[in-house]
Amino acid sequence: MTLTAKDVAQIARLLEESSFDELSLELDGLKLTLRRSGAATAATPSEPDAASAPAATSAAPAPSDEQTSCVRAPLLGTFYRAPKPGAPPFVEIGSGVEEDTIIGIIEVMKLMNAVRAGTRGRVVDVLAQDGALVEYGEPLMRVSRAVPA
Amino acid sequence: MTLRRILIANRGEIATRIIRTCRRLGIETVLAASEADRDSMAARLADRTVCIGPARPSDSYLKVDAVVQAALAARVDAIHPGYGFLSERPALAQACEEQGVIFIGPTAAQIASVGDKLRARAQAQAADVPIAPGGAVGSTAEATVLARSVGLPLLVKAVGGGGGRGMKRVERLEDLPQAIHLAESEAGAAFGDARVYIERFVTRGRHIEVQVLGDGYGQVIHLGERDCSVQRRYQKLIEETPAPGLSESCRHRLHEAAIRFAARMAYRGAGTVEFLVDLEHEAFYFLEMNARIQVEHPVTEAVTGVDFVAEQIAIAAGEGLRLRQFDVRPRGCALECRVNAEDPARDFQPSPGHVRAVSWPGGEGIRLDTHVEAGTVIPPFYDSLLAKIIAHGADRDAALERMWQAVAATRIQGVVTNLAFHSTVLANREFQAGGVDTGFVPRLRERAAISVEVHLA
Repeated sequence: MTLTAKDVAQIARLLEESSFDELSLELDGLKLTLRRSGAATAATPSEPDAASAPAATSAAPAPSDEQTSCVRAPLLGTFYRAPKPGAPPFVEIGSGVEEDTIIGIIEVMKLMNAVRAGTRGRVVDVLAQDGALVEYGEPLMRVSRAVPA
Repeated sequence: MTLRRILIANRGEIATRIIRTCRRLGIETVLAASEADRDSMAARLADRTVCIGPARPSDSYLKVDAVVQAALAARVDAIHPGYGFLSERPALAQACEEQGVIFIGPTAAQIASVGDKLRARAQAQAADVPIAPGGAVGSTAEATVLARSVGLPLLVKAVGGGGGRGMKRVERLEDLPQAIHLAESEAGAAFGDARVYIERFVTRGRHIEVQVLGDGYGQVIHLGERDCSVQRRYQKLIEETPAPGLSESCRHRLHEAAIRFAARMAYRGAGTVEFLVDLEHEAFYFLEMNARIQVEHPVTEAVTGVDFVAEQIAIAAGEGLRLRQFDVRPRGCALECRVNAEDPARDFQPSPGHVRAVSWPGGEGIRLDTHVEAGTVIPPFYDSLLAKIIAHGADRDAALERMWQAVAATRIQGVVTNLAFHSTVLANREFQAGGVDTGFVPRLRERAAISVEVHLA
């Protein structure tokens, strides 16, 4: 391979100063792709759009589930309901939650990931056991979307 | 005494790494493996494998009695704990001392005294090694008062922790209680000790650590420093030695401080004293001491020619230090890239799975430490490290160029890896210039930096 790391730094500078978002290069049996990271983020603003997101989720569930939604595991790992062994759980059945309320922790590869309710309402059911291995997308809790008192 | 048979109480690449040295030394190896690792590469390389429990670390690799039982049943002379798991739990070293099995590492008392980060801070002070402002966290009210005097931003760290786990950065005072809460839970689960403390966050700092070896009687030598500033979420991604762009006087002061710290406690075995170097002032603070072999030890091995596992074994066998300070003559520069099963596009989320095919790099100046081959399953229970690529060259440019080529030649199919992250960093001008601070990776992601993917076609 004749293309050095320094060469690529030069090519990156060219891309930076250009009006292009991506550059692909094939030479010497080498495939190189340079991408402006802004290019990837340019595509995402539609996703966290506050107005469209709740509309999309409320449209999805079956009509009977209209008033409740599931908090699903954002990733595979071990689910914990409490911040530490012996401590009271983050939430119980009946707890009121906001979108960013932490309802549990999923440990994966030694990293603790806070799981947030993602919706405003009241916990009506706890589906996943403390310490259980949960898969990606597995329902953890059921939250009624009634406004908490 | 000569060690004839060693139990390896670990898994993954470090288990294969320890086995290699043992083989060279003619020492038999017994691997203590979980059910998930029965068919691992390490299990195949070891002379014998003993299954110590189910996949979950708390049911196997973290079970002191299971490990000690395996050691006694296999009639080994010593246990090598590797890094992570029980390596820095005084309970294993203690149980070994009681059962008459040699623990390849420091004494239980030394592990306990550096493992408690608050005690370690006090010891640093006593050894005339500077520490960052901070202290213990009691009630929320006390924590807030202390936080005001320490200043923001600050870090909430686990008293029983290390390696960045349980660590939370706090920008606003009102976020402190929740950060403490989360840090406590992470610390409790990871280290069995939920206590946390707070420390000032140095905004423009470099993470530089000094490798030491001690004979356990007060003799300590250093084997140079490593710069580990390329980190995300306080997890190291690229390490190198020597630290680029450091003044000789600062380098010398770091080495001396590490020796003072380790010698004061008559440290035994291989250890690393970590510092945070304040870029603007060339001042430095003690962070912690790691009382074990470090993931990134191969860069130091590359430039010094010292086999750290062999030295650990020699010290454990009572041979003392086989090197004097002036025998340590580092040659050239070395870098290490940690290839992890994680997705940089999804905030480095771990990506366990089944490795379908791999193609590893080789050639002059390249070393590869791995436990992964085609067919390897990466379980969700352990860390995400797949391999370490180490590149050595006559100078930093040469080492960097070799690393760039090695990363381009690496292919892993089946799990998402951070290889493109490595090529992006290696082709980055700031990194190429050398001496980036710990804010480098976050900054890369904030500004619209150019990402680089490279493959040999």
